[in-house]
Amino acid sequence: MSIEQREARQPWILLSPALAAIVMLLIVPLVFIVVYSFWLKSAAGADTPGFFLDNWQEALTDPFYRDILLNTLKIAAITTLVCALLGYPAAFFIARSQGNKVGLLVLLMLPFWISYIIRTMSWINILGVSGALNSAMIWLGIINEPIQMLYNETTVILGLVHFLLPFMVLNIFVSLDGIDTNLEDAASSLGATRWQGFLQVTLPLSLPGLAAGGLLCFVLSAGTYITPVILGGPRDAMFANLVYEAIIRQLNWPLGSALSLLLLAVLGVLVIIYNRYLGMAQLAKGLG
Amino acid sequence: MSAVTLNNIVKRFGDYTAVHQMSLDIEEGSFVTLLGPSGCGKTTTLRMIAGLLDPSEGEIAIKGKRVNDVPIHKRNLGLVFQNYALFPHKTVADNVAFGLNYRNVSKEDARRKVAEALDLVQLPDLGGRYPKELSGGQQQRIALARAIVIEPDVLLLDEPLSALDANLREDMRVELKRIQQSIGVTTVFVTHDQTEALAMSDKIIVMSEGRVEQIGAPEEVYNTPASEFVAQFLGASNLLSASCTGVSGGEIAVELPGFPRIVIPKQRAPTVSAPGPVRLIIRAERLVLKPEGTVAGEELGVDAAVENVDYQGQSARYFLRVGEQQLQAINMIDDHPFPAGSKVTVQLRAKDCAALPVEART
Repeated sequence: MSIEQREARQPWILLSPALAAIVMLLIVPLVFIVVYSFWLKSAAGADTPGFFLDNWQEALTDPFYRDILLNTLKIAAITTLVCALLGYPAAFFIARSQGNKVGLLVLLMLPFWISYIIRTMSWINILGVSGALNSAMIWLGIINEPIQMLYNETTVILGLVHFLLPFMVLNIFVSLDGIDTNLEDAASSLGATRWQGFLQVTLPLSLPGLAAGGLLCFVLSAGTYITPVILGGPRDAMFANLVYEAIIRQLNWPLGSALSLLLLAVLGVLVIIYNRYLGMAQLAKGLG
Repeated sequence: MSAVTLNNIVKRFGDYTAVHQMSLDIEEGSFVTLLGPSGCGKTTTLRMIAGLLDPSEGEIAIKGKRVNDVPIHKRNLGLVFQNYALFPHKTVADNVAFGLNYRNVSKEDARRKVAEALDLVQLPDLGGRYPKELSGGQQQRIALARAIVIEPDVLLLDEPLSALDANLREDMRVELKRIQQSIGVTTVFVTHDQTEALAMSDKIIVMSEGRVEQIGAPEEVYNTPASEFVAQFLGASNLLSASCTGVSGGEIAVELPGFPRIVIPKQRAPTVSAPGPVRLIIRAERLVLKPEGTVAGEELGVDAAVENVDYQGQSARYFLRVGEQQLQAINMIDDHPFPAGSKVTVQLRAKDCAALPVEART
């Protein structure tokens, strides 16, 4: 074997463990799910193998699924927007702090040391009927009866923002931190106020980080299923909850497969559209 | 009227004083260089003039108007950075037009001014490109165009040539001076490179450790250094311990072991006023090596031994010993350099020497 041939082979040798893991753990199960989605659940118990379009017809035509899908996308969009609005100033502050940037970043990562489920459940202790906020307001005499604040769409969004904000801050921070501060000085020397300089220079240059953070928040919140279970009411189910219902409660694997593929396809299309306009390269930068 | 006046400027960062009691007058239309090693306070001074830093004490005036409380965006200054600081997301034309957006300039006028500025820096066809598509030298020209298109009261240049490679740096030096002269803008240039300072400036301000060591025209600073620091920082100098044995009207006499008596014109030693210990300053390129025993004409001759030779092609740097003293000489090479170990006669002229009184340094 010539040196060229050996060198051409080397990347593939290095990649093979990762490729094997992706094929075994992602591609193969996905193929199973695709195949499953065309089977039929039979009342007898064992599913009927074959090529039936019944599940797909139900998933694509039943307005119940459509409404929940749209609601899921709406909640994801609101969550992303709130994360962006809250995350940008925080990221800006960290990027521009003269002192301990690393310390601030560690503080940002600190919540990840506690399980996501426990962090989400902590809101019950804060907003619940006998939670901290109600108790404090009763003690202060602002209200006489505890207010029902939990188990609605707002608390679902609250929980999602709580979970996803660090991802947004981190992505924007990476973008902002890479911007030469001389650029802002140059802008102000040319006559721009600090705010004008920010709008003209810093904001546009940090857009890739904002876009990457936005994509991450959107995809993660659109696929969430724990947050609505813990903080949502009976009518606040998101799309992933339907998949759970179908597979675990109704044991309808074929329908659950079709529904999960539908969500995958919708998010996939959105990511492709997004990528076309904003570029994915920053995502890797933001995660690294 | 002075374009820029600094009046007893002090800048402290916590306990550290970066600039001590600095006063300065910069004439309208002149090219003034702040020269010194890194950490001497030159960039801090520039940033205070720009309005990027507030002085801890003292006053800064631009065109006679106090600007201490005027924010940077209202000072009308052109600022050029070492790393160019072009806006990477804007085209060259948009970069140059940036400052015009904040001045009452019509779209048409703006287009014309941008074209003129690009012509001036000799890059008229690059308006549609993005900065990353340009070379370092081109980027620096665009940064210059962006700074001068707004017709600033003062152009501030913060080591603008340092990021360029050597050949390009020399071209840009000539170019920068040409542009400055053609528009006649008052320019403050910060550099650590003495060659740049000597080549470009009307006036050089040599700084060290936050203090002004000397202010003067390039030739003045080079020929008559006001301190040992200046003598050593500008060019290769020999600083020798000597004693002044006599001061008469226009001349002073200096003696040191191994050398004949040297009579220096008073204007080369303006601060030596009485006999006593002095520092004799001789530029390395003013010591001319000749074969041993060459009879000196009007020049003074000193016997020396070559200890080491640093061959540089067209010239050579010689490390010499005269008695107990070590000297450096830089000579053009005629034929072959003198080899290490050879005995030579070193010729020097009294009028090429300068002297400083030896003071108790704090």
